[in-house]
Amino acid sequence: MWLTRPLRERSTQTFLGVLFAALIVVTFLHLAMPEDSAFYVSSFTVTLMGKYLCYALLAVAVDLVWGYLGILSLGHGAFFALGGYAMGMYLMRQIGDRGTYGDPILPDFMVFLNWQELPWFWLGFDMAWFAFLMVILAPGILALVFGFLAFRSRVTGVYLSIITQALTFALMLAFFRNEMGFGGNNGLTDFRDLLGFNLRTDATRLGLFIASGIALAIGYLVCRGIVTSKLGRVSVACRDAEARTRFLGYRVERVQLFVFVVSAMIAGVAGALYVPQVGIINPSEFSPIFSIEIVVWVALGGRATLYGAVIGAILVNYAKTVFTGVMPDAWLFMLGGLFVLVTVFLPKGIAGLLASRRKEATT
Amino acid sequence: MGIIRSLTQLLFALILALPIAASAQTEDAGEDQGIDQGQKLLTNLAEAPDSKVEEAINAIVSSGDERARGWIEAYGRNRLSRVKDTGQVVLVLNNRGRDWEIADPLTGENMGEMSRRELDRVAINNRIRGQLVGILAMLDLNAADPDVREASAREMMGKVDATLVEPLEARLELEESAAVRERIRSALAIYRVGEGDLDAVEELSGSLHPRARAALSEAVRGDNPALATKARQALATIEQKLKLNNAAETLYFGLSLGSVLVLAAIGLAITFGVMGVINMAHGELIMLGAYTTWGVQQLLPGQPGLALILSIPAGFLVAATAGIIIERSVIQFLKGRPLETLLATFGISLILQQLVRTVISPQNRTVVTPEWMSGSLVINDALSLTLNRMYVLAFALIVFAGLMLIMRKTRLGLEVRAVTQNRNMARSMGIRATRVDIMTFALGSGVAGLAGVALSQLTNVGPNLGQNYIIDSFMVVVFGGVGNLWGTLIAGLSLGTINQLLEPWAGAVLAKIIVLVFIILFIQKRPKGLFPQKGRAAEG
Repeated sequence: MWLTRPLRERSTQTFLGVLFAALIVVTFLHLAMPEDSAFYVSSFTVTLMGKYLCYALLAVAVDLVWGYLGILSLGHGAFFALGGYAMGMYLMRQIGDRGTYGDPILPDFMVFLNWQELPWFWLGFDMAWFAFLMVILAPGILALVFGFLAFRSRVTGVYLSIITQALTFALMLAFFRNEMGFGGNNGLTDFRDLLGFNLRTDATRLGLFIASGIALAIGYLVCRGIVTSKLGRVSVACRDAEARTRFLGYRVERVQLFVFVVSAMIAGVAGALYVPQVGIINPSEFSPIFSIEIVVWVALGGRATLYGAVIGAILVNYAKTVFTGVMPDAWLFMLGGLFVLVTVFLPKGIAGLLASRRKEATT
Repeated sequence: MGIIRSLTQLLFALILALPIAASAQTEDAGEDQGIDQGQKLLTNLAEAPDSKVEEAINAIVSSGDERARGWIEAYGRNRLSRVKDTGQVVLVLNNRGRDWEIADPLTGENMGEMSRRELDRVAINNRIRGQLVGILAMLDLNAADPDVREASAREMMGKVDATLVEPLEARLELEESAAVRERIRSALAIYRVGEGDLDAVEELSGSLHPRARAALSEAVRGDNPALATKARQALATIEQKLKLNNAAETLYFGLSLGSVLVLAAIGLAITFGVMGVINMAHGELIMLGAYTTWGVQQLLPGQPGLALILSIPAGFLVAATAGIIIERSVIQFLKGRPLETLLATFGISLILQQLVRTVISPQNRTVVTPEWMSGSLVINDALSLTLNRMYVLAFALIVFAGLMLIMRKTRLGLEVRAVTQNRNMARSMGIRATRVDIMTFALGSGVAGLAGVALSQLTNVGPNLGQNYIIDSFMVVVFGGVGNLWGTLIAGLSLGTINQLLEPWAGAVLAKIIVLVFIILFIQKRPKGLFPQKGRAAEG
């Protein structure tokens, strides 16, 4: 089966091994160590790492389209945010009458805006299965419509990048509007429960961290399965010589559309796992700069490797956590410098560096 | 009331005779005598009992003294007082606190402060105060400057009462300026419509002034059926005209917004459209131009106009230099890798933004608008065009024409076109392609700087200035057709206009979203934009 085939690869085995080892070690250190021990991992750190894992999953999704399909999406933040909003809407409905205004149905911000009833697109989000389905479907449908229009008229390369950026920008402006019914500027926040588990307890946080790790493993397997399949080889062919692939008789736009939609769905799942861990979703996740940041994670890690994307996402975000804490002004200089240095001096990223080292060692 | 009315009428008749009286007076009265006269008039006013106040004002107005306006205004605002000891009438400049600042009404000389206990306010009752407005306006109607006369006539619209009719009519006879006559006639017509005059409705049907409309609406609601019908017709005509004016205003704002888009995008049309380099730092080059304007103004305090003119070349040079540095340090290494260029230049844009935040300030800076650029061009009562936007519009067109000339008529333009169409062939013909790259990039970046200079006159200058324009600029270039300067001009102007047309019913944000979605869909339909390149240039 296509999904299990990657399990036989060395690189996938190594990646999954490291990932699960990390999950087990962190869980062990968090649960078994006394709080004053140097090895104790606080619940704050656990959530932080869970956040990194979500970002890593998002980076894997971007790497799938950029690395293996040659489409530089500057709008993947939109899919991530849509998944996040779907999860956020479910969490909002779970608050029930515990909100500030105590309305059993309407979220606080709607009561504040004097709305009388739930807008139609909020219906059904009180049911977990429906919300989780929307986590995948909402970004998937957007990607399907957008991709269908774009790939059919053969919009590729830089043009596609620019209109994906315009897409996420337009969505950001839209979600900033109070009239949209997604909480406007403030977004959705003040969450309580997820599937009956209190989000503020350490156990739930640990659970979310582990869930993020498993989601990353599955996402990685799905992507790896796609790229090692025949479809994956065709998509690489589309990346390298689109016209030639088309002349060979492949329906390039269908391949592109399929991979793009899968990637958007994975990004949506990442967003959905991200929201309960950070406790808020607001329109800034749609901002073009966030989407372009994701791309630099992938570029730093090394595109078309998948595990490189994971390394890049974790490294950059760790650096961001450290530097925005120590010297906030310097962070944007560093990020900007990273963009320049990686593209000019490290076109294959860290993964490329590792690969060339290995090659040197064997010869 | 009858006596008051006739008195006021007498007063206005006197005002009208004023220019003659004034000239007569200056002939036979000496300077010193004039001063004595003034103090005497004011003392008269101060000492007059209620029934004689009008006479006293009358005397002041008919004296033809040019300081009379100030005196009457001060009187109306309770700023005329008498010093208890000497009986001298003075102007109170500041009546806050215990000691009041006073001035000599005759020479205007500041007399320092005086305790308010030593001052006796010249009393005024509300009836007189109400009339003073009309008197002042009438005084202004006699001013030498036609603009002042027009302003005062405009002020009178809707404020005319029975007492003012006759003097106004008399003034109408004397008035030379057509514009002022028109105003006075409208002012009279507004009064007459209120009185039920049918012909006056006719007079008002061309007026766009809100007070004229108010008077007509009043007539429509009134109980005179003939008048109501006529007024309704007149209102319909006015509404029609207003619609036309609103359309003109929308178009103006649309073109203005469009010119901003064109300015922001035209540099990009060179670097992205012609050279094919994706420069995400383009917005920050615009920002550098805007900050240059601010910097030049800081260097030349008090001379915003000169500073603005100097900052046009300065902004160009600063942005062009920055462009050259970007090209040499980063872009040249990424030739033929557009996606990587996009990322690297995005990084540069982050660095430049943060640089401005750290070096200058994260807060917005205000750039002073020179006097000759502020204010607006009044077309009629419903339509006035702000001057700064008009200058920016003209500037955008000039920049566009200049770029067009450079690309079409100069050696550089020829070489640029040659290099972009076939780099190797151009090189074998002896064109130094690298040099052309640098020059073109510098040109495009310099134009971004010019855009920044212009934008500093319309919006706040802050570190995020460029970020706000980068997506729009790319949209304009792609919409217009890459590599086509005309396409950029038309795309920019039309997108600006569409945005303004949508705004009234969709709101600013939604209008922007609709335009963005429209462009996204448009690009799907016509990936090469409005005006795709044809022939050799399209092959690259």
